[in-house]
Amino acid sequence: MAAELHVELVAADRQVWSGEARLVVARTASGDIGVMPGHQPLLSVLESGPVTIRTSDGGTVVAAVHGGFISFADNKLSLLAEIAELADEIDVQRAERALDRAKSDADAYAERRADVRLRAATGR
Amino acid sequence: MGAQLRVYKRRIRSVTATKKITKAMEMIAASRVVKAQRKVTASTPYATELTRAVTAVGTGSNTKHPLTTEVESASRAAVLLLTSDRGLAGAFNSNAIKAAERLTARLEAEGKAVDTYIVGRRGIAHYNFRERTIAHSWTGFTDEPSYGDAKKIAGPLIEAIEKDTAEGGVDELHIVYTEFVSMMTQTAVDGRLLPLRLEDVSTDASAATGTEAPAKGQPRPLYEFEPSAEDVLDALLPRYVESRIYNALLQSAASKHAATRRAMKSATDNAGELINTLSRLANAARQAEITQEISEIVGGASALADATAGSDK
Repeated sequence: MAAELHVELVAADRQVWSGEARLVVARTASGDIGVMPGHQPLLSVLESGPVTIRTSDGGTVVAAVHGGFISFADNKLSLLAEIAELADEIDVQRAERALDRAKSDADAYAERRADVRLRAATGR
Repeated sequence: MGAQLRVYKRRIRSVTATKKITKAMEMIAASRVVKAQRKVTASTPYATELTRAVTAVGTGSNTKHPLTTEVESASRAAVLLLTSDRGLAGAFNSNAIKAAERLTARLEAEGKAVDTYIVGRRGIAHYNFRERTIAHSWTGFTDEPSYGDAKKIAGPLIEAIEKDTAEGGVDELHIVYTEFVSMMTQTAVDGRLLPLRLEDVSTDASAATGTEAPAKGQPRPLYEFEPSAEDVLDALLPRYVESRIYNALLQSAASKHAATRRAMKSATDNAGELINTLSRLANAARQAEITQEISEIVGGASALADATAGSDK
């Protein structure tokens, strides 16, 4: 069995990240799911949430993903998201401002989005 | 300065000004084509992955979904036509409109009523002028479409397809856009978005050879769907439509810029030629003026000489 799987994280308008990984943790509609090499073929709906990718060289890539799919077959994992941002790209202060704004506007969807970005960026 | 010469000079000045403008537009369009092309390329991975996922669900489960099942006797179809907000792009818009009209005629010949959805001011103007009804229209983003724009367009279309035909819903969704083949070639194409045609090659092949006939709808890679195949399909298909529309929007935008570039290039070339011709005419007019002046002087002088010669006698 292969010790690593190939991951493609793509947003609607660009490819966000691609590479080899040992474990991918994502939040699906029915709970968090961890995918390791050799997993059963899977196709599932993603919730807004942080996606954690443990790369084969020991590093960790965290991305905020808003809506989309996870699909795994033949040791190839695709994460499709309408919007996806790597943790490094997220401007924490901006996300905090967006969270405050969303809270004051009582916009649950925007609040959730800002919250996910913050959590992905700060690693909580 | 003679009147003729002055007219030529004035026309040369005006054509030169026009040439400057078309040249600038050509340059702008050229830089935008590159940008639009880059966006098309950037959106390709998502579209490819999504198509793969849709095919996986379509072939990997025998779920029936309104967006994938063929309606026996489709009575109503939606046609989405992508044009641009601005002209000055040669035959770009008229080609797309013509393709849409051909498609509409074909669908009507098949006995389907056609609802037209239009993107871009040019297409809307064309239909309004002919007093045809437009089901829905969008403007303002054709030069640089974003994924949000594609979502905006997909919303009403998916709503229409999910509605019952009796209540004004549609059974089929077609799209007409301009495919960006290369800088020099862009073709207006039409395609059916929904219901989805799933090329189920694998099951067809095994059925043909009669080998190990799998149970109907037996998934090739045995996918596990979460929460369920229906739910995944429910979530997947609207995204699929959005991404197809997004791709079509981007290709249309790239094609439009390429068409503008070409149209403006020929306008610039044409202006250059016109300036050459006019300069030659102006030169001839100036020469004619000089010749005339000389002959007038010579004529006057010889008349004077004749007169003095006569009075001497």
